[in-house]
Amino acid sequence: MTTAAVAVVAAALSLTGCSSSASKSAAGSTSSSSTPSASSSSSSAAAAPSSSSSAPPVRDPNTDLVIWTDAQRAPVLQQFAQSFAAANGISVSVQPVATDLQSAYVTATAAGKGPDIVVGATDWIGNLVQNGAIAPLPLTAAQKGSFQTTALSAVTYNGQVYGVPYATENLALITNTGQAPANPATFEDMVANGQAAVKAGKDSEALAMQIGQQGDPYTAQPLLGSAGGFIFGTKADGSYDPAQVGVDNAGSKAFAAQLAKYGEKGQNVFKRSIDANNAVSLFTSGKAPYLISGPWALEQIRKAGLKYAISPVPGFAGMGPSQPFVGVQAFYVSAKAKNTAIAQEFTLNYLTKKDVEEALYKVDPRAPALTEAYDDVSKTDPDIAAFQAAAAHGVVLPQIPAMSAVWGPLGIAEAAIVGGADPNTSMTNAATQIKAAIAKG
Amino acid sequence: MTVAPYERLARLSWPRVVFVGLVAAFAVLTIPTLVDKHSWTGVTISVAVTAILAYVYLTPKRIAARFLVPGTILLLAFQVYPVAYTITTAFTDYGDGHRLSQSQAVAQIEADSVLEQPGAQRYELSVATKTTDTPGAFVFFLTDPNGKVERGDASGLTPVPDSQVTKDQFTGKVTAAVGWHILTGIQVNGLGQRLSAFAVPTSGGFIKSVGLSEAYIGQFTMKYDAAAHTMTDTRTNTVYKASGGEFKAADGSGKTLPIGWKVGVGFKNFTSVLTNATIRGPFLRVLIWTIAFAILSVLTTFALGLLLAVVMDHPRMRGRKLYSSLLLLPYAMPAFITTLVWSSMYNKDFGLLNKLFGTHIDWLGSPWAARGSVLLTNLWLGFPYMFLVCAGLLQAVPQELKEVARVDGASAFRVFRSVTMPTVLIGAMPLLIASFGYNFNNFNLIRLLTDGGPYPSGSSTAGDTDILISYTYRLAFGGQGAQYGLASAISFLIFVLVGLILYGGFRQTRQLEEVYAR
Repeated sequence: MTTAAVAVVAAALSLTGCSSSASKSAAGSTSSSSTPSASSSSSSAAAAPSSSSSAPPVRDPNTDLVIWTDAQRAPVLQQFAQSFAAANGISVSVQPVATDLQSAYVTATAAGKGPDIVVGATDWIGNLVQNGAIAPLPLTAAQKGSFQTTALSAVTYNGQVYGVPYATENLALITNTGQAPANPATFEDMVANGQAAVKAGKDSEALAMQIGQQGDPYTAQPLLGSAGGFIFGTKADGSYDPAQVGVDNAGSKAFAAQLAKYGEKGQNVFKRSIDANNAVSLFTSGKAPYLISGPWALEQIRKAGLKYAISPVPGFAGMGPSQPFVGVQAFYVSAKAKNTAIAQEFTLNYLTKKDVEEALYKVDPRAPALTEAYDDVSKTDPDIAAFQAAAAHGVVLPQIPAMSAVWGPLGIAEAAIVGGADPNTSMTNAATQIKAAIAKG
Repeated sequence: MTVAPYERLARLSWPRVVFVGLVAAFAVLTIPTLVDKHSWTGVTISVAVTAILAYVYLTPKRIAARFLVPGTILLLAFQVYPVAYTITTAFTDYGDGHRLSQSQAVAQIEADSVLEQPGAQRYELSVATKTTDTPGAFVFFLTDPNGKVERGDASGLTPVPDSQVTKDQFTGKVTAAVGWHILTGIQVNGLGQRLSAFAVPTSGGFIKSVGLSEAYIGQFTMKYDAAAHTMTDTRTNTVYKASGGEFKAADGSGKTLPIGWKVGVGFKNFTSVLTNATIRGPFLRVLIWTIAFAILSVLTTFALGLLLAVVMDHPRMRGRKLYSSLLLLPYAMPAFITTLVWSSMYNKDFGLLNKLFGTHIDWLGSPWAARGSVLLTNLWLGFPYMFLVCAGLLQAVPQELKEVARVDGASAFRVFRSVTMPTVLIGAMPLLIASFGYNFNNFNLIRLLTDGGPYPSGSSTAGDTDILISYTYRLAFGGQGAQYGLASAISFLIFVLVGLILYGGFRQTRQLEEVYAR
C-alpha cells in the first residue's frame, strides 16, 4: 500500500475511534441536560460535532471535591459548593462537561480520573450502576420521606437509593391563549381548536409536538399512556420489569391507530417535519397554538412574551388520562470517589436542605424534588404547579438499562406510522426488535 | 583507532544533547506516575525508548538510525498500537455492563448490596486515632440516639464511660476522648478508601460511616463464594453462578445481576456480524449504498470541480479571483455547521428548499429523495476541493501539446479529451482514490444530515441512507449501550475492506500511468 492509502486507512481508523468516544449520544438515553426528549432522537446531531472536536474531560487534580455537571447548571452549583466548601475548610471545583456527560463520566471513572459527584437525570442510573460507576447513598428514613414519592422511586434501583433528587420534570400542554382555548378536555377537542385557529389564519400548525424523522417516544409517552399502552410492565415491588414489554399490547396499538389517524396521510396534525429543533420556536413565533413540551422550554416561552397557559396533555376521548414520563435530576456519588466522606456529606446533609433546593430552582425553574421546597416554590410560581399537576397520572421514566433498547425501535415505528406505514405491523415489529435486543444484552 | 570517551562526547552537537536530555527528562517525569500505578509495562517501554534514543543519538555510528528511530517509535505509538488494541478489543465483550474485571465486579456487587437495617438507629460518628498521625490505625466513637457512647474497631464495639469523653451538647457527637485524638472532617475524608473499607462488626451486620459524622448499621444482601464462583442473595436465597462475564441465576429463571465483567469471547463478535440476522440482513443493502455513495460523491464533485476549473481557466474569463473566492466559500465553512444547516433546509414543511421552489418534496422522509439530499450536500461540501485540485492540475497541461493538437485540426472537445483530461486524470487519480476512501467512511455527513434515515418500518438499525460506518456505529452503540468489542470487530472488518479497495485502486492508477506515459 502506498503512503496515501495508509493515511486514508488511518483516517478511517481514527474515525471509528472517535465514534466510540461519542458512544452514548446515539444510545438514545434521554435527559442529557435541558431537553430530555431531544437527545433521544434528533438532537443527537447537535451532540456529535462537539463530542468529536473537544477532548474528553479530566478531573481537576488540585481540589478536594470535584463535581461534574452540564454547562448550564455549573455556575449555580459552583455557588452552593463554594459555601459548603468554605464551611468545611475544603476546596471544591465544579467542572462543566458540555457534551455527553454520561459516557464521559463512565469512561473517566473507569480510568480513575472521574469526579466525586456527578449530576444527571435518573434514567442514567441503570447504566451507571451496571458499569460500577456510582455507589448507593444511605439516606435516612426521614430524608427518604422528605422527597416526593415519584422522585424517590426514580432514584431507587434494585432496592437501593443511588442519588439525591433535586428537580422533577415532565411534559405538559402549553397553550397560546391568544389563539386557542386553554385546557382542552380531550385530544380531539384540542385538535379541533387548533385546526379552527389554522382555518382562521391565525396559525399554520394545529399542534407543535416534536416527532422528527426518527420519532420521539419521550414526547409520545403521554398519549401512549392515555391509550392504555406502556413500555415496561412493573414487578410486584413497583419497579420496571424488562421481561414485560408492552409496546405491542392492545393499548399501544390503539395509540398507533391514533398516530395514523392524525398522521401525515390523515389529518396531518402529527408531522415528522416538526422535531426538537423547531417545535418550541413554532409555538413562540405564533405559528402553532399548542405545544407539548417540558419546563426546559419555559425560559424561551417567557422571553417570547406571549400569553400562555399550562395544562395537562389531554387524553384521547373515551380513553384514559395522559401519562407523561416523570424524570428526575439527581446528584450521584462516584463509586470510585477520591473523597467519599465529603461527597456523601455534601449530597446527603447539604443538598437535602430546603434552601439549597429552592436556590437551585431559581436558576433552573423545575419543580424541586423536596416536598417542602416544592410547596414553597409552587405558591409563587403557578407554572411549576401547573407542570406538577400535568404529571398527576405520570409514570417514572424507566431507569433500567433495557430502556436503551426501546428508544430506537419505538421511535422509528412512531415516525413510520406518522408517515403512513401500517400501525399494527409497525408496533409488532418494534416490540420484536426491542425484545430481541433485551434478550441479547 | 580508539577515541577517549570525553573526546567522543565533545564531538556531540548541541541539538542532539538537548534532544536526548528532553527525552530523559520526560522519562524521569513519567516513570514515578507509572510506578505509582503499578504499570510495569509502561515503565519498561519508557526505559527502553529512552535507552534506544540515547544510544542512537549519543553514539557516532548509528547515523541512519537517527532518522529512522523517531519515526518508527511514533509509528508504533500512533498507528500500530491503536490497531493492535482495536484488534485485541474485538475479541472481548468490553462495553457497557462489561467494563470491570471480575474481582472489581464482585466487589461492586457486594458494595451495592449493602442495605441499612430497617428501623435501625443512626450514630453520631467521630473518628479517632491513638496518636496525631492519620496514616495510622483509627477507631470509631459512636454516640447512639440515647447519648450512649461506644468505641468501634475491627473487632467490635466496646462501651465507653461518659467520664472519658466530651460530647457536643446538641448532637451528642464525641468531641474529645481521653487518650484519643479526634480527627477533623478533612482528616476523616483524607482516610479515603481505608475509611470506605472500614466496618465495625455487630450482631447481624456492621457499622459503616456515611458522610463525615454519621454512621449506620448495614448488612450485605449479596454474598460471594469464591470457591464456587457464586453470588447468593441472602434475602431470597437465590444463587447466581458466574458464567460468561456475568452472574446468572442458577434456577434457570434467566435473571442476571446488573454488573458484569470483561471476558474474552473469541471470534464471537466477528461471527455475529455474519450470523446475526439483524446485522447480516441489511448488511448487503448498506454495503451497496456505501459503495454507490462513495463513487457518486467522488464523480459528482470531481465533475463539477473540473468543469468550473476549465471555465475559470478560459483565457477570456474575467473576475477570476472573485469567482474563485466565492467558489471556495463552502470549503471555508466548518462542515459540521454546513451539514446541520442543510439538514434544516431539507425540512419538508419548514425548510428553505421547499419554500423557495414551492415544492412539497419529502427530502429526508422518502428513501430516494434522502439519498439525493445526501449526494447534493456532499457535492456542495466537496466540489471546492476538486476545483482547487483541477485548477492546479490544468496549469500542468503542456500548452505546446494543446497548440500542436489544434494545429493538427482537433476540435476544442477533442483537445480536452485527448490532451487535457489524461494529464489531469493522472495527477488527480490518487486524490480521487483517497477521496473515495474518505467518503466510504464519511460518518459525519450521514450522522448530521439524515442520521441514516428514513428508516423502513420495522428496521431501527439500518436506514436508507446509512453507510457502513454509521450503520455499525448504531449497532455498536445504539441498542444495548456501548459495545466496544463488537465495534472493534466491525472497525477491523471495515479497515480490511477499505484497505483492499484502496489497494486495488492504486494498482489501477499505476497501470493508468503506464498507459499514458507511453
